[in-house]
Amino acid sequence: MTAPLLEVENLSRHYAVRRGLILPRRVGTVRAVDGVSFTLARGETLALVGESGCGKSTTARLVLRLVEPTTGTVRFQGEDITDLQGEPLRKLRRRMQIVFQDPFASLNPRMTVGAILEEPLIVHGLGDAAHRRARVEELLGLVGLASFHAQRYPHEFSGGQRQRIGIARALAVEPALIVCDEPVSALDVSIQAQVVNLLEDLQRRLGLSYLFIAHDLAVVKHVADRVAVMYLGQIVEIAPKDALFADPRHPYTRTLLAAIPRPDPHRERHDPVAGGDMPSPMAPPDGCRFHTRCPFVVERCKREVPALRPWAAGHLTACHRAEDLPAMETARAASLAPAAAKRLALYEARRGRVAAGAG
Amino acid sequence: MTLLSIEGLRTVFRTDQGDVTAVDGVDLSVARGRTLGIVGESGCGKSVLSLSVMRLIAPPGRIAAGRVMFDGRDLLSLSSAEMRALRGNRIGMIFQEPMTSLNPVFTVGEQLTEAMRAHDRRASAAELRRRAVAALDRVRIPAAARRVDDYPHQMSGGMRQRVMIAMALACGPDLVIADEPTTALDVTVQAQILDLLRELQQQSGMAIILITHDLGVVAEMADEVAVMYAGRVVERAAGAAVFDDPQHPYTIGLLGSIPRIEETRDSLLAIEGAVPAPFALPQGCRFHPRCAFAGPDCTEAQPPLLEIAPAHQAACIHAPVEAFAG
Repeated sequence: MTAPLLEVENLSRHYAVRRGLILPRRVGTVRAVDGVSFTLARGETLALVGESGCGKSTTARLVLRLVEPTTGTVRFQGEDITDLQGEPLRKLRRRMQIVFQDPFASLNPRMTVGAILEEPLIVHGLGDAAHRRARVEELLGLVGLASFHAQRYPHEFSGGQRQRIGIARALAVEPALIVCDEPVSALDVSIQAQVVNLLEDLQRRLGLSYLFIAHDLAVVKHVADRVAVMYLGQIVEIAPKDALFADPRHPYTRTLLAAIPRPDPHRERHDPVAGGDMPSPMAPPDGCRFHTRCPFVVERCKREVPALRPWAAGHLTACHRAEDLPAMETARAASLAPAAAKRLALYEARRGRVAAGAG
Repeated sequence: MTLLSIEGLRTVFRTDQGDVTAVDGVDLSVARGRTLGIVGESGCGKSVLSLSVMRLIAPPGRIAAGRVMFDGRDLLSLSSAEMRALRGNRIGMIFQEPMTSLNPVFTVGEQLTEAMRAHDRRASAAELRRRAVAALDRVRIPAAARRVDDYPHQMSGGMRQRVMIAMALACGPDLVIADEPTTALDVTVQAQILDLLRELQQQSGMAIILITHDLGVVAEMADEVAVMYAGRVVERAAGAAVFDDPQHPYTIGLLGSIPRIEETRDSLLAIEGAVPAPFALPQGCRFHPRCAFAGPDCTEAQPPLLEIAPAHQAACIHAPVEAFAG
């Protein structure tokens, strides 16, 4: 078996919290990421999911070496890149790129789309002017835009088109890994679906690996091969997608799944979800960090930190009571009414014509 | 009993590129104790619609036509003072951003009592404070008596949205307009807030207009649903009918676009293209350039909202689509 593209081991990032203007003293530590390990294979998509403040974006930035880790190692293509500096680090950046959440804030409004896409090529000294122009045109085609779009400015595009530009920019230097940091959460649903489909299509064609940061499990269900669920800076469960959705073995994963509003008016009301808010990462609870909100909590959870342990092949969970969790209710298979299913099928069959007409 | 009925509402904004009609001839109604969900994507006019009902449209925008009947009175004909007496008192509003809708330099208690004071000049400070604590208690803020003196930044996002709901409900309104009330929140917090809204509605019998882009939220909350596209209502039906018997191609497209947990489809059925710019609307049906069921006749005139089934209206001349496509 070939080595994974990315190996992350025991990665942590702690931030000191200081108080006082003249003589600041350290009053605490925020453990934004606290001992995270995972691997990512070539051509694979690993999703990091969790709520705000769980450390998923910091983890992504640690992997990209945009934030320096407090402890731990990151290996990329078998090479330890944790302490890489200077020219080797710059070279490495060609191999790993990022697509940001907000397509309105992540493109320079004063640059044309052509200049935006050309910039990474110039930075990395790839090709001469003619070659770069050809590459820009190729990139625009790759993400479903037209070559005349190169002369336009970001404000002339819709949110979905801007996200396509962001993706094209990430692709410009032919990376092996793309970190997608909530790439569709700022977009409308119909546009979101276009971008999700584009990302999947590009992965198939270019053999990309994605580290996909998201809070929306329904989107994750579509794009990911494996899913890691994070809570307060730690991975609490990691599993192949189908295993995670069919048989989640951590109460927090179940809470997240139960909380998603389903587009199905006949679904019975979900069980009451875990109450309360996420505790402050400055003072995480003792023992299992989820115990303050967990419906399955027992005395042991309050004292003893649960280790991330194997549950099934490729499925790890950090819960003392994983064995005691009841089987998940099997979701109703066909959630669509006959009339809706029939019209969706018709719509799918006829949809090609619009695409052909627009293209 | 109908509490609010919107009839032929048209809201126009004057811009450099000409007049933009953000809301174009909308008819909707909601009864006491019921929830009307308004769904649509950015720019469909759903927020302008809610601001029009509250008469919060500022120049260069104006309400060009229509009536907004609330409890037998046309809100559009009221004086500013009469409207002010209704706002926050009989009609409450919950906005999307709990971070920006609260004033950072006042405690939540001060902000709550300010709203109450505006509608009750005689109550003592102690009495208002007691009511503020009770209002926070109602939205399940733990230790309300202490939290009433907190500043917004001392609270989490979910807590702040609870404060916003407490403010909207402080005077016991008959109608609450909630504009994307849970969009900025995490899913577990969102579920708590939706549960809370539903429970408060059962207690007080208020009507809710819930504006959202999330079909999941609509499915859980709404008794009736209106789907908006480019300033117009394209489909209107009971909550379940929109999901079980979608008639307008845009509604069908939205249902195809959403990723679902309980389904394994390879790729999503995205709607091609983008929402048209409001000053360059297509001729005829505004959805036809993106529509899989469009024909040459779709460009002729704007399709009216017609009754397709009992209590189910759609604005598509090709509905039901299987008859057209078959």
